[in-house]
Amino acid sequence: MNAPLSFAELSARQRVQHLLDAGTFTEILGPAQRVVSPHLALLGVPYAFDDGVVIGSGMLQGQPVLIAAQEGEFMGGGVGEVHGAKLVGLLRRALLVRPAAVLVCAESGGVRLHEANAGLIAVSEVMRALLDVRAAGIPVVMLIGGANGCFGGMGLIARCADHVVMSDQARMSMSGPEVIESSHGVEEFDSRDRALVWRTTGGKHRFLMGDCDRLVEDDVAAFRQAAAALLGVSRALTLDGLLAEHQLLTQRIARFEGCSDAVDVWSRMGLEHPEQVTDMEAAQMQSLRNEHVQEAV
Amino acid sequence: MNWQSLVQALFGDAHTIERSGDVISGAAQLRGQTLTVVGTTDHAAIGVETALAQAKVVLDTVQNHPGRAIVLLVDTQGQRLRHRDELLCINRYMAHLGCCVDLARRSGHRIIGLVYDQALSGGFITSGLMADACYALPEAEIRVMRLPAMSRVTKINEDVLEALSQSNPVFAPGVANYVAMGGIQSLWNGDLRDCMLQALSDSNLRDQRADLGAARGGRRLAAKVAQQVVSA
Amino acid sequence: MEHLTFELVGHRAPPNFDAVLVGVVGSGNLEVLMERSTDPAHCTFSIHTSARGFGPIWEAVVQNFQAQHSLAGVAVSINDMGATPAVVSLRLDQAAASLPGGEAA
Repeated sequence: MNAPLSFAELSARQRVQHLLDAGTFTEILGPAQRVVSPHLALLGVPYAFDDGVVIGSGMLQGQPVLIAAQEGEFMGGGVGEVHGAKLVGLLRRALLVRPAAVLVCAESGGVRLHEANAGLIAVSEVMRALLDVRAAGIPVVMLIGGANGCFGGMGLIARCADHVVMSDQARMSMSGPEVIESSHGVEEFDSRDRALVWRTTGGKHRFLMGDCDRLVEDDVAAFRQAAAALLGVSRALTLDGLLAEHQLLTQRIARFEGCSDAVDVWSRMGLEHPEQVTDMEAAQMQSLRNEHVQEAV
Repeated sequence: MNWQSLVQALFGDAHTIERSGDVISGAAQLRGQTLTVVGTTDHAAIGVETALAQAKVVLDTVQNHPGRAIVLLVDTQGQRLRHRDELLCINRYMAHLGCCVDLARRSGHRIIGLVYDQALSGGFITSGLMADACYALPEAEIRVMRLPAMSRVTKINEDVLEALSQSNPVFAPGVANYVAMGGIQSLWNGDLRDCMLQALSDSNLRDQRADLGAARGGRRLAAKVAQQVVSA
Repeated sequence: MEHLTFELVGHRAPPNFDAVLVGVVGSGNLEVLMERSTDPAHCTFSIHTSARGFGPIWEAVVQNFQAQHSLAGVAVSINDMGATPAVVSLRLDQAAASLPGGEAA
């Protein structure tokens, strides 16, 4: 048994190396090809040779996959023109090569502000391309475990995928707490209250709510195992499926009416000791969830 | 233009479009075609209820009106910025709307987006930008962030941003930038009914926006890079 | 932004290798790309940095690196976002260690 290796602390490039079978990764449009942002230089900001996203093909437990990993340390993982196009291209490639899955290590604040318009359009292009892959019966698996979380447009993209895997360290949401605080004040959302931030948008809460499908420890081996188990597990979108999702989302609003905090939500879900959730291990969460969560079809 | 004037210009009285909260929806007749119309008004902040209400209209159309085209009318200040919406996972609600729109397309419904007032921040990613094509009225405002705020966040001098935005449409507010980049197919000038009919007729299943951005020079790399990845 | 270039004499040309990349362009960090070059007698450095006015320090760092490694037939490309000389040296060493003939990290 290897000692746990923190997924959060690895770079995007390292995550890809550790997730895939050794020596099987072939990068597409790697750094030597210098497909960089033409816009950042004009703004006096350094570019990255891979524009902050590593993409390519490889094997996971002997099965072919396509993989993308966003580098959260570069521009907050923000999606710019080239970055977005790499993701779109990878998803379109999936339709041709038909891998067992497309894995996306998402770590991003959303749209890259320096290329805001390109990023915004790209997010919707990625969504359309992702849904094409999903419709083709190829599962798209989001692996969310970085310190910067998966926000904004990437949070939207994440919830279009077949499966979402998160660690306790991870967050997935739409708006960052700072933006909410500056809009509506610290009483609305105290962005410096880390416990509050993680209760609201972190892996454990999302897992209990059913907004992520697997919760793992912050260990790249755990992410690898979770991804491997989802190879070939496609969840095509159907009218019935979306009607069921709609029902679930409608009931959720009514069910948690008046809850002002995640602890209230967990309590209303029927957990006897909601205050203990934040101290629980990922493995303990599964049985809690089995008892209390209604799943979308 | 407010939604009532827009609807009047497009359909006259031949519609059942009503407002409920910030959401507008109903059916409308245009030159013999019945359309579903759904969207928002009053610079709506897209929260869980608003996303859900629009999704319901789309789903109803798929369930009950095979082949009926759907028009998404956009007027939004962006996603709702509230703790409660994040707690309930607003990104799932907004994604759900996007998935419903996409399913409708796949089920044979043409989808037209129209920004008739504002589209700010991420508010229309899963509505107008998920349409077959998204259009805008010439007076529409589309932006992610105003330059002063962008300057504060990026720590880049506002003058630098101003200057660069004269020649590069990649970050600055403005519907013309979105047209140049292919995100908006075109602006609707002249008879809105003709524009709508043309849009319905032009609609197709392929996402052509990157190619459009390349042809117009506003987004020179996206199409090429995506193609390079596909052909690698 | 500043763009600096250096060309330093070297003697140890690694055998044919695929480009190596270490580091990340984050605040206080940099990425270093090492590729084969056709110049058998020098190691070249092309540095894009957000910090201006540190030319002499970069020169000292790369000279120090080259005094240690004496690379030839290598082109080093750097995207830097304000890393300290110590971090720059670390990344250069990490990159050199990834080359064939370099020590395992």
